[in-house]
Amino acid sequence: MRRVPILRIGDCLVVTVYADLDDGSAITLRDDLTREVARIGARGVLIDVSALDVVDSFGARMLGDVARTVSVMDAETVISGLAPAVAMTLVEMGVTIPATRTALDAESGLKLLGIAVARGSAPPRGPSG
Amino acid sequence: MTTGQRVRTLFARHDAAMLDSWLEAQKRTGIARPDLIDESQRREESGQILILLDRALSDDPPGFPDDASWDALRMHLEQLAESRAVDGFSPTEIAHLVLTLKPVVFERLRGEQATSPTETWADIEDINRLLDGLALFTIEVLQRSREAIISRQQQNMLELSTPVVTLWDGILGLPLIGTLDSRRARQVMETLLARIAETQSSVAIIDISGVPTVDTLTAQYLTRTAAAVRLMGAECIVSGIRPQIARTLIDLDVELGELPTRATLAGALALAFERVGRSVIARD
Repeated sequence: MRRVPILRIGDCLVVTVYADLDDGSAITLRDDLTREVARIGARGVLIDVSALDVVDSFGARMLGDVARTVSVMDAETVISGLAPAVAMTLVEMGVTIPATRTALDAESGLKLLGIAVARGSAPPRGPSG
Repeated sequence: MTTGQRVRTLFARHDAAMLDSWLEAQKRTGIARPDLIDESQRREESGQILILLDRALSDDPPGFPDDASWDALRMHLEQLAESRAVDGFSPTEIAHLVLTLKPVVFERLRGEQATSPTETWADIEDINRLLDGLALFTIEVLQRSREAIISRQQQNMLELSTPVVTLWDGILGLPLIGTLDSRRARQVMETLLARIAETQSSVAIIDISGVPTVDTLTAQYLTRTAAAVRLMGAECIVSGIRPQIARTLIDLDVELGELPTRATLAGALALAFERVGRSVIARD
């Protein structure tokens, strides 16, 4: 099973998903992330998926699950770098990723988290509406 | 003599008199249309049909219009139908060009002697089958050429109709003109998402001032596009909501969700500036 490395930047966590999320690695990712969030008291999690060419409904649900789990622990999730084709496919399948905000790239994703973290628990209305 | 051969002899003795009575029949049916095509051209084209018809029937036994021996006639009719369609002839008028040959041939048949009723009946059947087949063929050609024109125009429209422009650093504009159908909606989405990825723009304004009507389906296309744009991390604004469109949206109970809308492109641009953290200030 592949382990996704989790980087800490300030009080945020950053992960880059570079292979398709299968059952096992998705659960590992969720477990690792929640543990880290609890350990450092992270306020935000950035998941960069710009390396993914394909995200199926299962992958999207896994991302949503991770985000919801993290949000229960009062941390916000931002997904960055979703490719145009992936976005189209997800919309056509009617899949949404709940409890997340999105960003064009990792940098604007961090900015989004940074602003949200600086203003405390009530994040301002950002580009994702 | 077999029936096919007898039909052939009917056409084989085509002469100026036959051509004349055919042209007369065309005039009687009202398809001569001297306003669209002049007399001498019509005579030449019709005469050519008779010559080619005779040649096509010279096979023994004569086959019917799908055979290779009919290629020359088919090609002639094809060109004729296409040019007439361009000249503004209606499908009925084009079909009648061949069908008016019937009374002429039947007249000849009546002049024939010593045929039993059975043979006459078979001849009539043959003539009908032949001329009806040719008439249908001309209509089909006409239909095909029109369809080709339509699909070419559709393609042109698709290509012309999705210009994504950069309004400002980080702000894209997509002025939509014309009705949004599923194919076009898909192309709009594809183009817009690709440009967002390419320019890393965070706001996209879709202006629907040029969309004549918005129904539930159009609204669905818009919300889908907006959802995809949002997944990528950018935001959509729909502008150009005319009063009539606003009323329709409410009457149809269309749910636009969180998609921000503005009446004018200016309003959308102001909102977009706000989103990217810019403002326009008057100089004094």
